[in-house]
Amino acid sequence: MAEALPEVGPGGRAGSRPPAVALESIAKRFGPVVALRDVSLAVAEGEFVCFLGPSGCGKTTLLRIVAGLERQNLGRVWMRGRDVSTFRPADRDYGIVFQSYALFPNLTVARNVAYGLETRRAARARVQARVDELLDLVHLRAHRHRYPAQLSGGEQQRVALARALAPSPSLLLLDEPLSALDARVRLTLRHEIKALQRRLGITTIMVTHDQEEALTMADRIVVMNHGVVEQVGTPVDIYAEPASLFVARFVGQMNLLEAVVAGDTVARVGAFQLRHRPEPGTAPGARVTLGIRPEEIGVGPAAGERDNRLVTRVCGVQFLGAFTRLALALPGAEEATLVCDLPAGAVTDLGVKEGAELPVSLRADALRVFAPTPGA
Amino acid sequence: MALASAGLPARGDTAIPERTVGRRLDAERLLRGALTALFAVFLWVFLLAPMARIVWRSLLDGQGGFVGLANYVRYVETPAIAVSIGNSLAVSATAMALTVGLAFVYAYALTRTRMPGRAVFRVLAMLPLFAPSLVQAIAFVYVFGNNGVFTRLTDVNVGIYGFKGIVLAEIFYCFPHAMLILTAALAAADARLYDAAAALGASRWRAFVTVTLPGVKYGLMSACFVVFTLVITDFGVPKVIGGKYSVMATEIYNQVIGQQNFTMGATVSVVLLVPALIAFVVDRLVQRRQYALVSSAARPLAPSRRPVRDTLLFLYCALVAAGIAGIYLVILVSSLVARWPYSFTPTLKHYRFDAIGGYDALVNSVQVAALTAVVGTVVVFVGAYLVEKYRTPASGPLYMLAILPVSIPGMVLGLAYIFTFNAADHPLNRLYGTLAILVISNLVHYFTVPFLTATASLKQMDAEFESASASLGVPFYRTFWRVTLPIALPSIVSIGMYFFLSAMVTLSAVVFLVAPGTELAAVAVLLMDDAGDTAQAAAMSVLIVAVGLGVRLVYGTVLRGVTRRAQAWTAAAPEPGPGPAPGGAGRSGFSRSGPRPL
Repeated sequence: MAEALPEVGPGGRAGSRPPAVALESIAKRFGPVVALRDVSLAVAEGEFVCFLGPSGCGKTTLLRIVAGLERQNLGRVWMRGRDVSTFRPADRDYGIVFQSYALFPNLTVARNVAYGLETRRAARARVQARVDELLDLVHLRAHRHRYPAQLSGGEQQRVALARALAPSPSLLLLDEPLSALDARVRLTLRHEIKALQRRLGITTIMVTHDQEEALTMADRIVVMNHGVVEQVGTPVDIYAEPASLFVARFVGQMNLLEAVVAGDTVARVGAFQLRHRPEPGTAPGARVTLGIRPEEIGVGPAAGERDNRLVTRVCGVQFLGAFTRLALALPGAEEATLVCDLPAGAVTDLGVKEGAELPVSLRADALRVFAPTPGA
Repeated sequence: MALASAGLPARGDTAIPERTVGRRLDAERLLRGALTALFAVFLWVFLLAPMARIVWRSLLDGQGGFVGLANYVRYVETPAIAVSIGNSLAVSATAMALTVGLAFVYAYALTRTRMPGRAVFRVLAMLPLFAPSLVQAIAFVYVFGNNGVFTRLTDVNVGIYGFKGIVLAEIFYCFPHAMLILTAALAAADARLYDAAAALGASRWRAFVTVTLPGVKYGLMSACFVVFTLVITDFGVPKVIGGKYSVMATEIYNQVIGQQNFTMGATVSVVLLVPALIAFVVDRLVQRRQYALVSSAARPLAPSRRPVRDTLLFLYCALVAAGIAGIYLVILVSSLVARWPYSFTPTLKHYRFDAIGGYDALVNSVQVAALTAVVGTVVVFVGAYLVEKYRTPASGPLYMLAILPVSIPGMVLGLAYIFTFNAADHPLNRLYGTLAILVISNLVHYFTVPFLTATASLKQMDAEFESASASLGVPFYRTFWRVTLPIALPSIVSIGMYFFLSAMVTLSAVVFLVAPGTELAAVAVLLMDDAGDTAQAAAMSVLIVAVGLGVRLVYGTVLRGVTRRAQAWTAAAPEPGPGPAPGGAGRSGFSRSGPRPL
């Protein structure tokens, strides 16, 4: 059956070459708990893919199934056109970095990196050369004789990366590799890992619950929730066109307004009629949720000429450095329902302050429509 | 499916099978499977099968016919034997209450005050660990017995033989066990709680009742269970000082050795299992709740100096320590004088051992103890590794079996071995009467504590070591050898030490199994005392303690070396990352506070 690789997901785009990794209807349960149901996906050669989702969504389980460290109950794992479902981890040709790094504490940095090389009957000199090469790659050559406990968290992370890459695998798996680090180190390493991946051209799958990490690093993001894939797309796609209410809530900030469909591209929010993007399949009277990002709300004079013009009341002004976040209440409402981001200068220019009235426009082409989540 | 909307599992869940996708069988999995099977066979042949046999035997009559519960009825209805049940419970409960109370104050003084001499007090209190239980009883007889020093000097016979004597000797025998558990519990204090209590205006007494006692609740319970089990299963003390006061352990001995009534021996044994099993089960339930009582954010408590309290507790500790030291001084002196308490002329003649066993017994003991230490450590560590690191359906049952032996009294295990390996049709029948069976019975009898120590030390290791190794294509045994073993070395050394010392001093597990040519030192002490050669019994006890202390010194040196080597790679990081770095400075400390036998 190996010849009949189904074209699953958009990863098969890369011409006739089979995807680096393809998952076919993967399902996994732990006793009564279903961790994954029917997940299919393809990762192209050289691509950087992120599994993004809240904790417990099954993203780590999916990664471990790719690694062969966990066994699926249904479905198959393909690598470069080969069905590796029955292969043990050692035969799957990948390197992995764990959340805890799992560095061997009793071995020096150099011996940790050499760990996967020494059993492959390579000559000692060649192992040494390869270790040096990798330590140069992660800028840790000076630390080669140290033990992991004598390194900082970021340095340990880079050792783990070097160890995973040492045997020259064709696939790199990263399980929340940055979550244990403090914010500053995390930013630096984000760039470093991404640059390294570009340079080596190695296919990479990273698991993360940090949307910012996924948006900045990935070529494509797989958003997961409750064991299913909610959306697969480029960071721009995911941010601009969230496919579901869950994705809209999880990635970036999104103002959400409960509404009732009132006509073609028109919905009623409380006392107002708002025009929104065309959305096929919405019947009049149906409950929907309208969504608009804070930076898409037009404010001040600019709001005047646009449609969906509202005069809101400023309930809160939160200074956040480069921009200021306003909490706005719709006319007649007590509580703030909209969040809007303004560049630092605009606040003084517009004379925004708490209690003041502020005309805004919710551009119709930015107002997305989401059907309610079944069961939610 | 219509049910999906009712909050039941969503559509399709039932279509996911319980079975996971199969994996090709490879040499590594085959090897692990074979080793696990070997471990299971070991536990079956030397633990489960013998225990099943002794239970079965209690349901048969002397001729091998099935009689149901008739033996039990006869046990309860024969007043001379039945009285041992009540006696055992009375002795155990009394000794438990007194020992834990005394040890708690002692442990409190060691951990929560700044009185001088804490290290010395700690070492002195551990002396009884190095001697068979009956040594304390022999010492009490030397002082308070019919011909004891105290009795002769004051002409007051306190009537030491019986309940009083057993309880007193057991207190000293169990004291270090309770003290070790309680010092560990008391040492794990969170200073922040005491600060909060003081800030809220609580008196010291109130802080003690509301912070200290709840904090050591589980330690106290654990100490109670351990002491209760030690006393009810101990045989040496009541044998020497019990006189006509019969307890279950001596009753088994009398039935088997005295009257050759194996059936009644088996019956009493099974009954003796009950209280020990109950203590074991309750202790497991209590232990399960003990988790994370002290969080990692806790700040260690630095006791303050309080002269009045410290002085009073110093006097108390001095008194207890003097009592313990006194016991060993009495034993030492009586072994070195011509005839205690009539003639105090120094002599070495008691060390000639002209009657029983002699130095062969001591050599045998050292041999058995060393073999138990080596073989036991290997079996325990490999077993714990397989059970802990490679979860299979067999892991749960194997774990339960491995922690079961702590609830089996040594005599019961010994008797079960007689029934099993003395049977002509048993394939391992040749084991009977060899040193090997002594090694195995010690190994099984003392299996639980080392197994839990090994499991705890394996649990502290990053669970992904095995995954990392598998992903790098390194066989598991290589990682076991290069990573797991070196990290666990301090625990492994302490496991070996525990096996050695326990095997050196045990009496109950081996008393039925020694044969001509395989006499052991502890059994020799018992037989010499029985035969009236008490001075020689004392001399042999001195030698046992001396061997134990000597090995303990070597162990201390080895452990220091091992720890120093480990410190090279657990040294504090220059800039400690907040992450859960394996073996990082924050975690490595735990391995030193794990269950350590000594």
